[in-house]
Amino acid sequence: MAFDFNISPGNSTPIFRQIVDQVRLAVATGKLSTGEGLPSVRALAEKLLVNPNTIARAYAELSRDGFLEGQPGRGVFVARPRQVYTKAERLRRVAPLIEAVVNESLSLGFSESEIIEALRQRLASFRRNP
Amino acid sequence: MMSDWVIQTDHLTRFFGARCAVDQVKLNVPRGSVFALLGRNGSGKTTLIRMLLGMLEPTRGSATLLGEDCRLLSPATRRRVGYVAENHPLIDWMRVDQIEDYQRSFYPSWNGKLFATILDHFELHPQAQAGQISRGQRAGLSLALVLAPEPELLIMDDPSMGLDPVARRTLLEAMILVTRGAGRTILLSSHVLDDVERVADHVAIIDRSVLRVSAPVELFRSRVKRWQLRFAGEAPPSPVIAGLLESRRDGRDLRLTIANPSGDIEQAIAALNPESMEETPLSLEDAVVAYLGRRGELVSLLQSTRERQGVA
Repeated sequence: MAFDFNISPGNSTPIFRQIVDQVRLAVATGKLSTGEGLPSVRALAEKLLVNPNTIARAYAELSRDGFLEGQPGRGVFVARPRQVYTKAERLRRVAPLIEAVVNESLSLGFSESEIIEALRQRLASFRRNP
Repeated sequence: MMSDWVIQTDHLTRFFGARCAVDQVKLNVPRGSVFALLGRNGSGKTTLIRMLLGMLEPTRGSATLLGEDCRLLSPATRRRVGYVAENHPLIDWMRVDQIEDYQRSFYPSWNGKLFATILDHFELHPQAQAGQISRGQRAGLSLALVLAPEPELLIMDDPSMGLDPVARRTLLEAMILVTRGAGRTILLSSHVLDDVERVADHVAIIDRSVLRVSAPVELFRSRVKRWQLRFAGEAPPSPVIAGLLESRRDGRDLRLTIANPSGDIEQAIAALNPESMEETPLSLEDAVVAYLGRRGELVSLLQSTRERQGVA
């Protein structure tokens, strides 16, 4: 089944960011696989009823970050996974998220092992439904 | 060469008697954009639009539409511009097909197929009399009349006012349809920010006759920030911070919304000595409301009612 976008205006996350996040998550969890085609900018704009420039910006960012690649005349496809960022850069990007999870969990009174177990379960859920 | 701007105004000003309705507005609308004009009722949006279309003389300043002075628009330029007026005025005694014939006579080209498709979407019969159709259908008919000549520039004054969700959706579809044509531009005024967020790539905010913002939507959103502060005791009164749009105080909580915060804003806020401070993301609507509301320290209607009733 084709990958389905789900956007909601009125959110504190801009529509362009919602599209980027959804593609990244779908690639990371295997809902979108390498070589799979995505709708053209125009087709997606008309399906989601958003300005085509918004879709174009999202696709441009996803291409720049190595998630998508455009093949001239054929369309937009999920790129073969490659790391466009160094390990250090990737760590820098994920650090604030880890900090937020740990801080919030500790302040809610979870123990270290409970936090680790919750992360493990979340990761396992991706293995179960690729 | 075609200009990059389809609309340009400079110091555009209009008085009605002693009241200034549009105050020295400098606006540039890029070709190919969907440009949303936001502002409260009575802020000057309609007056601005009417001056752009040459329907109203500016008191001072200048404006051009497709490169031509708005006061001296040639019939040829007018034909390249479509205008959907507020409230969708129609010739009520005519039938839909008669109105089409009449309107068609003014234009060198007319996309009759598009006209019929839009009628169909709004469930409008060509034999219906304009005075008898519903509000949503009036919007549909004026949209069809304006889109059939395939204008290069489409100007719509609050087109979604009073429309039900289905008609509003069709209006959105029509706007996305217009963007299929390369270099076609839409200028619309609207209060429906969810729809604006979908279709617009530029926003301008007019507040009490003055243009406060004109920017790509994402740039605008990234320049308005909000911090939520909590204090050990009663929150202090609103601080003096450049660009402060709004501050709301409720017991120990203080919420600051700031436009174009400077690099040292976090230090300035931390100097208030809050127990905790957190930057919270804003929706487009939050950011626009912060611009359009009253300046300075605000109390919400709910909060003031609560205090008056002694439930605080």
